[in-house]
Amino acid sequence: MSEVDHDELVSALLAGKHRALARAITKIENRSPGYRELVSNLHRHTGTASVVGITGSPGAGKSTLVDKLAKHYRDRGETVGVIAVDPSSPYTGGAVLGDRIRMASNVGDMDVFFRSMSARGQLGGLSTATADAVKALDAFGKDRILIETVGAGQSEVDIVKTADTVVVLVQPGSGDDVQMLKAGILEIGDIFVVNKADMSGAAKTVADLEEMIHMRDNPTHGLQTGHHGFEIPDHPDTADPAEENDRWEPPVVETIATAGDGLDELLDVLSAHREHLETTGGLDRNARIRAAEEIRQHLRSDAATLLEEEIDRHGGIDALAERVADRETDPYTIADEILDPIREAIGTRSDRQE
Amino acid sequence: MSTDTAQRSIRCLVAKVGLDGHDRGAHVIARAFRDAGFEVIYSGLHRAPEEIVQAAVQEDVDVLGISILSGAHNTLVPKVIEGLKEYDAFEDTLIIVGGIVPEDDRQKLKSLGVAEIFGPGTPMEETIEFVRENAPERP
Repeated sequence: MSEVDHDELVSALLAGKHRALARAITKIENRSPGYRELVSNLHRHTGTASVVGITGSPGAGKSTLVDKLAKHYRDRGETVGVIAVDPSSPYTGGAVLGDRIRMASNVGDMDVFFRSMSARGQLGGLSTATADAVKALDAFGKDRILIETVGAGQSEVDIVKTADTVVVLVQPGSGDDVQMLKAGILEIGDIFVVNKADMSGAAKTVADLEEMIHMRDNPTHGLQTGHHGFEIPDHPDTADPAEENDRWEPPVVETIATAGDGLDELLDVLSAHREHLETTGGLDRNARIRAAEEIRQHLRSDAATLLEEEIDRHGGIDALAERVADRETDPYTIADEILDPIREAIGTRSDRQE
Repeated sequence: MSTDTAQRSIRCLVAKVGLDGHDRGAHVIARAFRDAGFEVIYSGLHRAPEEIVQAAVQEDVDVLGISILSGAHNTLVPKVIEGLKEYDAFEDTLIIVGGIVPEDDRQKLKSLGVAEIFGPGTPMEETIEFVRENAPERP
């Protein structure tokens, strides 16, 4: 793609052309030539949107909740971007992306920009693509961005980390405490929502969640049984009273997304969390953590590409593996053989700078 | 896998427009497209033309497959095409129609910009092959 097309796309996107935004996200998703420059150009226009990630098991009601939230933001006159991530088939790479079906409240409203993305079987790449797509929506001028993803596995956790606030959706009776811990969802949630609260078992799920959240934030809670001569030391995380005030205890909200019940409460805690981030400096802190993570991620993936090329130059991974299998050489030696020229190049460069 | 390798995947919107509630064909097509390695966005039933336009523009699909079995194609398809033009999305979207369309109407739809019309009994491979060959090249 030529430089001119590029600038055109960026200016069309910044001018509010929906088609340009859609095309920019396609380029990001496809990793088409020039997408890096595209995202680089967009980056300086970002930083105004409030980003909320919504995750939860399939069927928990994420899409319905996203629809209702989007409707509410629209009623307040704000513009909304939605990115819905769905898994793709590991066999064919194909996918059926069905989250759009639930977007019934925002029919024909172009100011809700809804985009489906599939995992395309790439490791780590999806979180990068999602983060870049969020940047495109942010630069476009969306006030609110919602990211929706199935909450299972590392890459999904990475995806929601793009958000300022992470909402974890749980449905009643979704298993005992162990299931929740195993899923690793407890650590990432800023707000927990028990959806379908009219189903039986909702109260127990709320109680379970509340207990576990409390345990997470205060691991020694309940152990102070008053035995004399035995003092529980302060938990290192809670030693500083100033920090204590800065801490956010994730609330548990009950909703019935289909009927819109509990939505107001959810919106209240969402803005409370936002406010909390703003007053404690968490927003800036998170932005820096994210930026650092993005830099590392790019470096890792660029270095990996570089190394793949080096491996090919050394005869390809299969040939190398065969030599190792035949005991001609060993993996360490090969790694050194491939890396040494790179190390040398870096070495000479830093020598020169000194 | 590196995150920097270009990864192209044909994106299709399978759309049901208007009041007809027969979505078996759309489901079968959606699954076949998925198994062919395409990314399929399914619209759901009873969609208005504006919704289809909204979805096609935002999702930046290569292919828009409209399934109509109600006989209202002469009203609905032009509306969708008009909407796509409004958002500069008509030129580079391959539009195909599935359903029962009388011979006279086929020519009319094609002159409007529909690339092909697939009637009942079309082998799945034929439709997939057509999409593979005609999906627009994107920069």
